[in-house]
Amino acid sequence: MSPAVIGRGPVGSTSETPRMDMSTSLGAMHLDAPVLTASGCAASGRELDEYFDITHLGAIVTKSIMLQPRAGRPTPRMAETPSGMLNSIGLQGPGLEAFIETDLAWLEQRGARVIVSIAGGSVEEYVKIAQKLRYVSGIDAIEVNISCPNVEDRGQVFACNSEAASQVIQAVRRHLDPHTPLFAKLSPDVTDITDIAHAVVRAGASGLSVINTALGMVIDVDRMRPALAGVTGGLSGPAIRPIAVRCVWQIRQAMPKIPILGMGGIRTGLDALQFILAGANAVSVGTATFNDPSAPIRVQRELAQALHERGFTSLREAISFAHREYDAPEPLFAETAAAESAVNPEVDEEQGLEVPRIIQVSEVDVLDDRRPVAEVVQIRRDTASQPFDQYKEFAEAKAADERRADVSPEPQ
Amino acid sequence: MPIQLRAEVLDVRKSGAYSVLSLTAAGMTELARPGHFVTVSMGGEESSMLLRRAFAIYQVKSRGVYGGTLEIVVGVEGKGSKWLSERRRHDHLDIVGPLGRPFILPKERVPCVLVAGGYGAAGMFMLAEQLRDRGCRVDVVMGASCESKLFGVLEMKRASSKLIITTEDGSTGERGRVTDVLGSVIDKSEAAVVYACGPMGMLSAVAAIAGEHRAYSQCSVEEAMACGIGVCMTCVLPVIGPDGVTRMVRSCVEGPVFRGDRVRWSDVGTIPADAFGAPVVEES
Repeated sequence: MSPAVIGRGPVGSTSETPRMDMSTSLGAMHLDAPVLTASGCAASGRELDEYFDITHLGAIVTKSIMLQPRAGRPTPRMAETPSGMLNSIGLQGPGLEAFIETDLAWLEQRGARVIVSIAGGSVEEYVKIAQKLRYVSGIDAIEVNISCPNVEDRGQVFACNSEAASQVIQAVRRHLDPHTPLFAKLSPDVTDITDIAHAVVRAGASGLSVINTALGMVIDVDRMRPALAGVTGGLSGPAIRPIAVRCVWQIRQAMPKIPILGMGGIRTGLDALQFILAGANAVSVGTATFNDPSAPIRVQRELAQALHERGFTSLREAISFAHREYDAPEPLFAETAAAESAVNPEVDEEQGLEVPRIIQVSEVDVLDDRRPVAEVVQIRRDTASQPFDQYKEFAEAKAADERRADVSPEPQ
Repeated sequence: MPIQLRAEVLDVRKSGAYSVLSLTAAGMTELARPGHFVTVSMGGEESSMLLRRAFAIYQVKSRGVYGGTLEIVVGVEGKGSKWLSERRRHDHLDIVGPLGRPFILPKERVPCVLVAGGYGAAGMFMLAEQLRDRGCRVDVVMGASCESKLFGVLEMKRASSKLIITTEDGSTGERGRVTDVLGSVIDKSEAAVVYACGPMGMLSAVAAIAGEHRAYSQCSVEEAMACGIGVCMTCVLPVIGPDGVTRMVRSCVEGPVFRGDRVRWSDVGTIPADAFGAPVVEES
């Protein structure tokens, strides 16, 4: 497969459209594109396929499936909150067998990359699911949901206890094909998320999905009782984004090589960029899909544009970029710097090295047509203050690091 | 097949306690059937209101200068609908539709009764029109708590064969509820089908009365939805399938119109113990 080049301009765009290598990988799983759906926010992709071509996404992460059919929790299951929502769906689903026969079969026939999210009430249930999935085709990776807050016994959220989390991951790992990437989905509701991250990686997780919803609650003040029939629920949406970015950042600092699928409140390309810069190798768009059915593909397009505007030529260059050392002073006059950078050639003449090229974005039409021009100018200024020497050092160090590194992640 | 588009507000007009928004919707109007709904995103791109609001399609025009327009009726209930009712000409809205399963229309020219509670009437005008085009007699019962909560009385008078109004406070029409008069209306017109849209309690009663009077009922439910397109599993209610099994089905894609005798009205808001996938009660 050739690396996807993303960034088609809006319809009617006549100018040169930015080209960006958006390929990435989650450990052994190569992805042509970095934006995925988030488990529980896209069902099995079929509904969203009516709004955009789901095969253009990195992969579809399916709604967590359990062994048996499950009716979920009573209604009301949802409450809108400021910049977010609370849900207590309770993992409603058709059960593993029906899922394999219908949803998975459809996804395979559709040609989408698939990460199957699995959930269980006990280690045995996870094991049974893993045993069954081992011999099913069309699965690129497994995400183990050990962090759903809407299970019957809320005291037993596996991801809140490193021992319980390890047990599940170890058991699933043992019963899966050793080549199938296994992602553990972590909860933000813990004292130190890196503790859990280390534990599940030691237990055999090949990567981490960060984060699941945060446990929350809303009281209906008219009826003066909890708004959800399930009393508490999982909070998602932009409201939890700073928490999610912090979790990705902390895990990336603690574990420089572990593949991270970042998620939590991503609504725009710039939101996604925060996660990438914080250390995510790919991102999932979840609740934003409820607001805008085409959000995943729009975020992917906007992310390509945002990377382009910041002088990156590929997504990989931007991964963990915010972790670089940056003590260089910012240019005093951003506007002057912008003007200078804009006329700079692609090649730094003194050193003969390729530096990221700043493209003159006077071509407003390459941008999303909904974005006002004033904002475009603002972006140009921000771009101008990019410390490029720092970038070079970082890129070189990273390249050297990659040459040295063995692929298998090792916890520290 | 639903589509998503950026609609322009062509007109906002007041109708009693409600606002009627007229929107450009080229490509959507041809697909719209009575009972379909659209969802609208609230508060612009940076809005803190993340969830789309669902609205029955009130009227559609497939032709004209704008290449198709549709109308929705907004009753101010919360901050979302307040924002929406404050839109003005030339504002833009992100709309998705047509969504859901529409009302099923009878093949033969049978008499029908339409029951509308409050602004549940919004989705009934297209239905009345199409039924009458087929040669069906259309009796309509409209009810609300008071006169100002009724929507489109004059227009419905024109669209129906006969219109009966009920209000709980007696401010207009007969004092009482739609269900007080429904039985006799069905009997008089010998209706074969009853169509209803309104609050859950009303639908439950309508379905029961229709059953007693040996009429089919088609009920359009108003469940709280997060996505409206079938991915979030928020808007479920217990419905008996053709195989006799009760499932928690999504009212956005498998509804919002259900056969009244298939919905387990008294169990809405619960997971019935015999529902498909219900928690197994452990014996102690």
